[in-house]
Amino acid sequence: MCLAIPGKIVEISSENCDSAVVEVIGVRRRIDLGLLQDDKPTPGDWVLVHVGFAMSKISEQDATDQMNTLRMLGEIDGAMQEVRGYGLDEVN
Amino acid sequence: MRFVDEFRQPELISKTAEEIRRLAGTKRHYRMMEVCGGHTHAIYRFGLKDILPENIELIHGPGCPVCVLPMGRIDDGLAIAQEPNVIFAAFGDMMRVPGTRGSPLEHKARGMDVRIVYSPSDALKLARLNPGKHVMFFAIGFETTAPSTALTMMRARAEGIRNFSVFCNHVTIIPAIRAILDSPDMRLDAFIGPGHVSTVIGCRPYEWVARNERKPIVVSGFEPLDMLQSIVMLLRQLQAGEAKVENQYKRVVPWEGNRAALQAMAEVFQLRPYFEWRGLGFISQSALRINDKYSEFDAEQRFEVPGIRVTDPKAAQCGEVLKGVLKPHQCKLFGRECTPEHPIGALMVSTEGSCAAYHSYEHRKAAMVSLSSIA
Amino acid sequence: MSAPASPPAASVPIRFRDPQIEMAHGAGGKASRKLVEGLFAPLLFGAAPGPLGDAAHVNINGTTVAITTDSFVVKPLSFPGGSIGELAVNGTVNDLAVSGAKAEALVVTFVLEAGLPTPVLEAEVRAMAKAAQDAGVRIAAGDTKVVEHGKADQMYVTTTGIGRLIHGVTIDPCSVRVGDKILLSGPIGDHGITILLARGELDLEADLRSDTRCVFPLIEALVKAAGPGIRWMRDPTRGGAATSLNELARDCGLGMVLFEDQIPVRDTVRGACELLGLDPLHIANEGQFLAVVSPEYADAAINALCLAPGGSEAQVIGEVREQPAGTVLVTTLYGGSRIVDMLVGDPLPRIC
Repeated sequence: MCLAIPGKIVEISSENCDSAVVEVIGVRRRIDLGLLQDDKPTPGDWVLVHVGFAMSKISEQDATDQMNTLRMLGEIDGAMQEVRGYGLDEVN
Repeated sequence: MRFVDEFRQPELISKTAEEIRRLAGTKRHYRMMEVCGGHTHAIYRFGLKDILPENIELIHGPGCPVCVLPMGRIDDGLAIAQEPNVIFAAFGDMMRVPGTRGSPLEHKARGMDVRIVYSPSDALKLARLNPGKHVMFFAIGFETTAPSTALTMMRARAEGIRNFSVFCNHVTIIPAIRAILDSPDMRLDAFIGPGHVSTVIGCRPYEWVARNERKPIVVSGFEPLDMLQSIVMLLRQLQAGEAKVENQYKRVVPWEGNRAALQAMAEVFQLRPYFEWRGLGFISQSALRINDKYSEFDAEQRFEVPGIRVTDPKAAQCGEVLKGVLKPHQCKLFGRECTPEHPIGALMVSTEGSCAAYHSYEHRKAAMVSLSSIA
Repeated sequence: MSAPASPPAASVPIRFRDPQIEMAHGAGGKASRKLVEGLFAPLLFGAAPGPLGDAAHVNINGTTVAITTDSFVVKPLSFPGGSIGELAVNGTVNDLAVSGAKAEALVVTFVLEAGLPTPVLEAEVRAMAKAAQDAGVRIAAGDTKVVEHGKADQMYVTTTGIGRLIHGVTIDPCSVRVGDKILLSGPIGDHGITILLARGELDLEADLRSDTRCVFPLIEALVKAAGPGIRWMRDPTRGGAATSLNELARDCGLGMVLFEDQIPVRDTVRGACELLGLDPLHIANEGQFLAVVSPEYADAAINALCLAPGGSEAQVIGEVREQPAGTVLVTTLYGGSRIVDMLVGDPLPRIC
């Protein structure tokens, strides 16, 4: 719910593996990776940052899939018919 | 900006909006609640209401952790900070929220040591840098933020830092949703589910909304395309007569949540038996307190807290607005006694509060002759 | 702030109700405006001062001169792209420029904190000398006071400038008409974000510099190409472009409609704003200006700016419409819109 921004991990501290630097279009911020113990990110990974902590790794695949789904909306006839099949008698 | 700009592409937004119009038709009126304040903010920031059809009504929910904090708790936090050598550290969101004798910023103007922090780690850093002072971190937020507060206390213990405490006002989202559904004056068709809280708690905790209450709920991201896609998914469910939990924010939200985050919370916090939510009254098992294991960091244990309950002025209708029963401008005080410069309730001063959003972004639009001449 | 000449009324009601001064009153937004309009204006300018501009035009024996003043209170004193010395010169020169005047001379006041190391002071005075030379303005006189340690953040600087009116342009918010175009000289947010990062309280780093510069040459080029069409100009300092445009909207009673995709913002500023939950429209600038130009002259205006040195990033960012009256509206390519209000106090970063 709160403000969280995607950032790319550019550096992980050698003294403290929970400390990393993310980059958001040229702005670099030091963040804490302590909440991602189970699935530690590496430089190049994208994470969601909230109050200085990485909350989750961002899945590029899921993002791409989502974009594809959205592009199909209203473009391919097949998709439109599938949508109409959801009982849309109210559509003018 | 990666993972941001793609979800703001104008042509795709227009296409998705068109799909919503096609799905929504004209005959049925849909009432959808976005639970979390971040979604409320996104709706106004991106002007989404302008591109949704008239028969989709978005109702703002109570998911604004600043808005639901009773004034008495703000007074308590400020009272602790009146002690000598205490630094009051809080997020920017808290700074203008009014207590009985003024907001934290107003207290700062009168000489209190008040600092804005951007992370609980910043507050801990202040403690490290100021060994002669005590840093009290005024913690707010739902389950999105609680794990970071928890981890910070764990780090404080590991480092043996003694001059740091947390005044814990973390609340949990599920009881808030329950309170909405239990409310007799609420009629809702579906929910746009919290996005970032879900990165921590996952999607399972919402299953009872679908199963028991028979309302569709889609966990949604915050970009325009995310919210519009979530509305498409909700419309499809409603028209198919379905009610299930779906995850639109897959790229970020794991269905099972974040185990490490949940573990950190379990390590440090326990549920309060009950907690007062502004406008919603006392809700059981809805808020966190620091457990005995970490009591040395509990500001309520280390300091005397007045604990005086402050009721809102009778005329202020924060509760009804929080529950979505009233629109902000329907509150008698809106825009008159209660404005962003002189807020009476937190909904007017929090950036996520529906009254602030409505006042800043929306209500002058109502005076416009025709919105279709814009864009 | 300044007002047209008018003798103060015998007893003018004070409309400022706040019991004490807060930081918000200096932030350039609504609270500042309330202080100026509610306390200073009634007592200093009389009952009905009219719209308050950046500089005052004063008639002395038949010659009109422009005069303005500004104080500079910035922490840290020195930051990427500049320091308080440059701000003190450019800020006042720019205030005169956007009121349609060329700065001729400045006088400067220093309030220095006891304990300020001399090399720091020297560096700032050198910076002022250079900025004055670059701007073609003379620093004619000055005053110095020293206060106790702890009573002034190292140094406060005030500059007062006088200038000659440029021929061919009249600045008047009431001359703004529906259909006028809104121009911006370059990217917004650079200065404010640079300062925020330079304070070091955030764990944020970016390659960003303050945009402080003298904008007079750009304004001169603009007036040459489009003088008769210029209705209004302003340099959006504290409070940002949103505040300046809200003031204009209020003064002329029309709507300022901006096209979000046309507002120039550097990537780094955008990134920092997204991270902190800030709006670039609310962030201070020290080297940019807004201009409202009639449609007939708009093309000539933007071309002249783009061709002038330092003006290549100028853009038409919106236009004046009848609705929403008295308001600034930002529209998106996909048909969404939002109102942008004046700041209440300082822009506060948010986590929610």
